[in-house]
Parts: sequence; C-alpha cells; structure tokens
Amino acid sequence: MEPFARVTSVAAPLPIDNVDTDVIIPAEFGVTMERGGLGPHAFNALRRFPDGAERPDFVLNRDPWRQARILVAGANFGCGSSREHAPWALRDFGFRTIVAPSFADIFYGNCFRNGILPVRLPAEVVAGLMDQAGQGANAVFTVDLEAQLLTAPDGGTHRFEVDPWRRRCLLEGLDEIGATLTARPAIERFEAGYAARRPWALPG
Amino acid sequence: MAAMGRTLFAKVWDDHVVEERPDGSVLLFIDRHLIHDATSPQAFSALRQAGRTARRPAAGLAVADHLVPTADRGGPIADPRLAVQVAALEANAREFGIPLLPLGDATQGIVHVVGPEQGFVLPGLTVVCGDSHTSTHGALGALAFGIGTSEVEHVIATQTLVQSRPRQMRIRLSGTLGPQVAAKDAALAVIAAVGASGGAGHAIEFAGPATAALSMEERMTLCNMAIEAGARTGMIAPDERTFAYLEGRPMAPAGADWQAAVAYWRTLASDADAVFDREVAIELSGLAPQVSWGTNPAQTVAVTGRVPDPAGFAEAAERQAAIRALAYMELAPGTAMADIRPDRVFIGSCTNARLSDLRAAAAIARGRRVADGVIAQVVPGSGLVKRAAEAEGLDRIFQEAGFQWHEPGCSMCVAINGDRVPAGQRCASTSNRNFEGRQGPGARTHLMSPASAAAAAVAGRFVDVRELI
Ligand code: SF4
Repeated sequence: MEPFARVTSVAAPLPIDNVDTDVIIPAEFGVTMERGGLGPHAFNALRRFPDGAERPDFVLNRDPWRQARILVAGANFGCGSSREHAPWALRDFGFRTIVAPSFADIFYGNCFRNGILPVRLPAEVVAGLMDQAGQGANAVFTVDLEAQLLTAPDGGTHRFEVDPWRRRCLLEGLDEIGATLTARPAIERFEAGYAARRPWALPG
Repeated sequence: MAAMGRTLFAKVWDDHVVEERPDGSVLLFIDRHLIHDATSPQAFSALRQAGRTARRPAAGLAVADHLVPTADRGGPIADPRLAVQVAALEANAREFGIPLLPLGDATQGIVHVVGPEQGFVLPGLTVVCGDSHTSTHGALGALAFGIGTSEVEHVIATQTLVQSRPRQMRIRLSGTLGPQVAAKDAALAVIAAVGASGGAGHAIEFAGPATAALSMEERMTLCNMAIEAGARTGMIAPDERTFAYLEGRPMAPAGADWQAAVAYWRTLASDADAVFDREVAIELSGLAPQVSWGTNPAQTVAVTGRVPDPAGFAEAAERQAAIRALAYMELAPGTAMADIRPDRVFIGSCTNARLSDLRAAAAIARGRRVADGVIAQVVPGSGLVKRAAEAEGLDRIFQEAGFQWHEPGCSMCVAINGDRVPAGQRCASTSNRNFEGRQGPGARTHLMSPASAAAAAVAGRFVDVRELI
C-alpha cells in the first residue's frame, strides 16, 4: 500500500452533497483489468462535454485546481457502488486527501487501501474550508496524518479523528493482507472451533 | 444483572470474531464470497504477484454478470474488452480453485440472484461480494455486505476481513401492502423516510409484521435497497419461510446437517430485550406505488404525486440537491408524475429480476402493447429464472406485448455491458440507482416496481398501476 504522511496543496472545492461513485468514475470506464489509468476519466460528466471537450467552468479544469491534491467535498461523498475504481480514479488524478462532512462507508474504507486519506470534519468547518479553497493559488492547505491536523490557509487548525489501525496502515504503507496473515494461528484456531460448532457451515 | 438481549446482527457478528484487536476493530471470519467479473481482476493479479493462494477456495463462488452481453449469447462476446474480462474471471476462478458458474451454464446470472438460488448463502453466515448490493442476502438472515477490490483480495487470501462494528438500526414495518403495491415501493418509501445517508454506519434489521409477511423474494428486494439508505447492510431474521425457501437447494445443507442448521437458525432472531441504537417505525398501509423523480433513491414520491418544488425543502442541502437533480432530470417542479413519459423501460437487476418480479410485470403486460416510441426490455436475473419464466409462458406474454426478452445479467442496471440508455432519454427502471449517468452518460432514471415499469411501458407514461387491473 502507498504510504501517506502529509500533503500540502491547494484544495479543489466541490460543494455538492451525495457525490456518488458513478459521478466520480462512470461505470463505463470500469471495464479494465488495471488499477491505474483512470485519472483522465475522473468526474468525466462534470469535466467534459459529451463530445469530449473540457467544460471550462468546472473546477478541475481551471488553474490552480488542476494540480490540486486535496478535494473539499459535500456530505455523503462516495455513496453508491463498492467499486474501488472510484478511489483509483481519484488517486490517479492526483488526490491524496478528501475533506468532507461525511463519507459513504465502503468508499471511506476503500480510500485508505489506496493511499488516500479521507478527512471527516463538521459541516460548518467544511463550509469554511470550501470558501477558502475557492480563493485560488495562495490558499494552501496542509493535511498531516501523523498529527491528525488540517491547517487551513487562514492559519486555522482542525484536528480530525481517524481509526488508529487505518492510520497506522496508511502511515507505514502496511500490507494489510500480510498483517492479517501473521494472525494465521488465530484464524486456524477459529476455524477448528467453528467446524466443530457449525459443521454445516463450511463448504469443502 | 441479567445478561442483555442480543440482536440478530450481534449474534451473527459475535459468532465470526476471530480476534479482537487493540483498537476495537475485529478480524471477522467470512463464510461465503461471491466473485464477479467487474471488481475481481485486480484482486487476482495482486494475489498472483504476491504469490498468494486462496485460503478456502470452496467458500467462493464466481459468476460473470456485470459485463456479459444480454441480447445475444450465440457466439463469442463481440466487444473484446468485455470478452477479455469475462474470460479472465473464469480463468482466475479455475487457477485459484474457486467454484465457477460459467457463462454458458444454465445457472449463470446476477451474483445476488444466484447466491440464494443455489443455497450458497445461508442464515447466520457472513457473506461478502465486491458489489454494494450484497445486502440482498441479508433477506436470508445472513450478515452480508459489499466490499472493494482490495478486500476481495484480502478475503481470498485470508478468509477474513478487518471490520469495525457498525451501529444498529431497527426498521419496523407495519400494516399491509395494497394490491399492486410491491416490496420495491416499500423499499423506496423506507429510503425516502430515512434519507439517502440516514442509515450511514448502521446495520439495519427490518422487522415488524409487514416484514414477516413478505415472501423471500420480496425480502431480497427490501434488503437489496438497504444500501441506498447508506446502511452497511440490511437483514431479516430467518423464519419458517426462510427454511422452506432453502430446503433442497443445491448447495444448502441436507440430512442431519440440515436439522442441525435449522435448529441453530431458530435461535438467531433478536431477543425481545435487545437494544438498537436507533428505532424507526414505518406504516405501509395506504402506501401508493412509488416513483423516483431525482438522482438519488430518496428523491421519490407516490406515482399519484407531483415533482416537488425545491423551495419546499427546509434544509439548504436538500434544496440544492433537488435543484441539481431537477436540472439533470429535465423536470419542472409541480409536474404530475403521471405526465412523465419514458423512452425506455428496463425490467431487470438484482433488485427486481426474480420470478415473482417477472410475473408481476407480465400480469400487466398480458394482452397489452408497449406504447409507440417506447423501447422496453426484460432481463431475467439468472438462467434459472429465465427458464422458469419461459416454462410459464412469461416470455411469450412479454414478446407479444412488444417487450424484448434478454439473457441474464446486470445489463442496464450499471450499463457497462453495452446495454445503456442513450443520453437525454428517460428510463422507467426496476433497478436500484438513479444516479447521474448510472444507466449511461446523460441517462435519466426513474426507479419503480416491476408492475409499475410494465405499466409505464404500455401506457407510455408513468401511471398508477392500480388503474390497470
Ligand atoms: S444488477 Fe446492478 S446492483 Fe445488482 S449486482 Fe448487477 S450491477 Fe450490481
């Protein structure tokens, strides 16, 4: 897994609630055997006209936000599909952090496994950050996972909560499967007990 | 102090905890893993790269559904991108020793239709799949939830997942659904009441007399849509109806195992003194057929109602969402739902493509004609559903009425197999999501029940299906 410590960048404001995974990456681009390469199609319907030309007014088509590595979004961001293509597309576009009042559950977990830190902050705080993000090139944010602190362009600091295990995985770039496999004796013990109490439940 | 009662969810969860971790999360044992074509190739390549194998291959079941063409299954898949990915699923399953229902097989179909149908999913088990509508299987009393591709990989390698315990919500449904009012209408009404993110962080248990009165297929429709309220999963306590549904299914336990299993399943219902973090009560008597007007499933009204005026929403966020949705849907506030005309009708998906759904739609289609200018298609949820429908002559009823009769798959629910709603067109759909672009770029989706969708097809507008009977 790709590690994450801190990111300093302008932030792209996307003040829309319930941005779903089909908006983040339309399913038609989900026909792929790879994790990479989806960035150019992220937010396709918002970014481009049907003929493929860029919509000049969309935030990610404008400077300085083309280079933004932080996204400030509305509530319930990432609702919908479990397809990991959504965080793959965001990461491939360049995002390392998404700040929102709330996230959909599956998407939230998927972010951590793909080197993206989702930051939950109260709605009124996010609204303030959204305004600052819109100010442009001088409005630089820093998100520090070690300190669990977001520093806004106005100097305000906002502490955010993050599950300690997920934090560690992201900071260390830990291979989660490798970590679980170190618990193999516990899994084997569980399976033996389970086979004894629910013999009908284990196939093969 | 007497021990506090436990919920259905807690009983299943506690039975699968491999170990508690210092941070409060647990390593959860996974009993069943459904694997499909759209979200698995990257998981298999990563496993191969790391030299990892499947810990319990027999706990998996692979079937292609998202990417398979549904119009013609005669020859090889024409679109090479789809062909490669479907072939990869089958090759990966064989390489890792995971049971597979191949594309040519009569049992192939949508993962969430096939799982219960085969008896692969059972009460009291943990079930995962790289698709958010895995909550469908909660209808059987399983703890079933959708996962991402990295977790697909994690489950194959370890048969476990790292999970944190969700909060618990009980939704008690009371009253009786009127004639032609379906489980889908109940599901849409529940989502409208709870909100598109109202269930976030929760496992929902559907309970109450109106839940118990639902058939197994109706329960699947209800649990399928739980995720559209933002919940991690939906589940229903198993009862005699559940056991009757499962008995004799190919992969269900038999003989003494069956007896032991049923004895255990009878203990799973939430205890009378179990405490939920949140309780919601919804009365279903008098509910009219529902139709969505916006771009999330909570944006739904009765078919007898009107497109709401965004100004009427108290909360600013809801108002903004409504304005945006109406612009995308090209609908004016105050429009009667019954004046909206579909270009397309899609009867299919893991929400509503089981035999009872097709029967409900066929009852409306029988002896009528699809309205001029409307293209309507029926996509059965599985090969077995298709066969059973054909044995009853439903295919003829549909085709005589001018509906297209397709091969099983996800089709226009997610629109990645080549079936899609053209930009700007409006679709009456029995699927589960009306998101922007879900059924194709620029497509406009209205969610409704199978009977309502069939009614929309023959009337050429949204219509209260109760008027057609
Ligand atoms: S029918 Fe739709 S929701 Fe169901 S599994 Fe297929 S894509 Fe997912």
